[in-house]
Amino acid sequence: MTSSAHALGGVLAAGPGFQAPGLEAFYPHPLWTFSVLGVDFEITRITLILWIATLGIIGFLVATVRNPQIVPGKLQFLGESGYSLVRDGIARDVVGPRGLPFAPFLASLFFFILANNIMSIVPLAQISPMAKFAFPLVLALICYVIYIWVGIREQGVGKYFKDILFLPGVPLPMYILVTPIEILQNFIVRPFTLAVRLFANMFAGHMLLLVFSLGATYLFTVGGLSYVFGGISFLMAIVMTFFELLVIFLQAYVFTVLMGTYLNGSIEAEH
Amino acid sequence: MNILAATENPLIPPLGEIVIGIIAFGAVYLVMRLLVAPRFEQVFRARREAIEGGMERAEAMQAEAAEALEKYRAQLAEARSEAAQIRDQARAEGQQIVEELRRQAQEESARIVARGEEQLATARQQIVNELRGQVGALAVELAGRILEESLADEARRRGTVDRFLDELDSIAATGDGGVPVSRGNR
Repeated sequence: MTSSAHALGGVLAAGPGFQAPGLEAFYPHPLWTFSVLGVDFEITRITLILWIATLGIIGFLVATVRNPQIVPGKLQFLGESGYSLVRDGIARDVVGPRGLPFAPFLASLFFFILANNIMSIVPLAQISPMAKFAFPLVLALICYVIYIWVGIREQGVGKYFKDILFLPGVPLPMYILVTPIEILQNFIVRPFTLAVRLFANMFAGHMLLLVFSLGATYLFTVGGLSYVFGGISFLMAIVMTFFELLVIFLQAYVFTVLMGTYLNGSIEAEH
Repeated sequence: MNILAATENPLIPPLGEIVIGIIAFGAVYLVMRLLVAPRFEQVFRARREAIEGGMERAEAMQAEAAEALEKYRAQLAEARSEAAQIRDQARAEGQQIVEELRRQAQEESARIVARGEEQLATARQQIVNELRGQVGALAVELAGRILEESLADEARRRGTVDRFLDELDSIAATGDGGVPVSRGNR
């Protein structure tokens, strides 16, 4: 039983009043729980969706390069376009001339987020694992570690932290204001916003779809004039699905581009 | 469920999910890093090389063609000069041959003329010698004949005289003078 079906049951059982879907959609029943080294694992349908998306994108990527040709076939062209978008559009143009080594990492980010986001409009799944804060957070933390590590590697520990703490070209008294902002921005806000932006988008997208589709279902059961509003609600659910499609690509791209700009800041001394 | 959900904060993730997320992303990253990206880079490189290589090949071929043309021209010029040289040489040789032939012909003609003259001289000498011998004999013979003739003439003349005298005698005897004369002219 999907979480949406749970919610639907809740809606229909609630009787006269419409009960808006809540967080329960994001906490489905665990299918399997186990503990390794003191860490509790709960395998839920969202975990399964994550695995399906992961295996799906790995399968897709492997299929695109299974028999690479100079003149690409349709599948290869599709994979190549995605990879080129990240490699040329982000690694080379955003990160800079020394950004090409980061292309595989950035492309992995892009494809991983994209595949997981797409699950939010795939029938039967219809929720993105990125709507669970843990997964965007993982990605943001990995990015956080990487861009700080790259900054230290490229500029040296002293210069990297000195430039962040004391932004060059700022009048001395302004450091009272600038230094806390820079510290906050570089070490707390960046990874947090990176994770929250993706999470919130997918979370809100799922909630929106849930509200409109459950609302439509509820209104159809009420009858009378509500059929009209039910129809409108249903239409909105479809419109929001298309909107979700846009968000899926946009968020995957935005996450990767932002990581590109952070890497650019780490590689090039001047901010 | 609702009670459970109410106690959950969506921004506090369970550790298990973080581990699962790391594993999932790690898998994608590994595949990308080890297989997909190198293959794509390889394809991009091959494509770039195919384009640049094509251009380079075209340039190389053009250079080669220009070189071949240059070589061809050089060879042609060389061949022309060689031909001219051969022609000049042939002309000179021809001249020489003609000269030679003319000289030979002149020599030949000179030799022929010389031999002819020699033969002529020999023949003449021979004839002269021959004639010299014959002329004596002839002269002697002629002289002999002339002499003989004159002696005979004398005899005849004498005979004529005698006959005249006889005729005169006979005319005087018969009286008719003409007939003995015509008889005597026969």
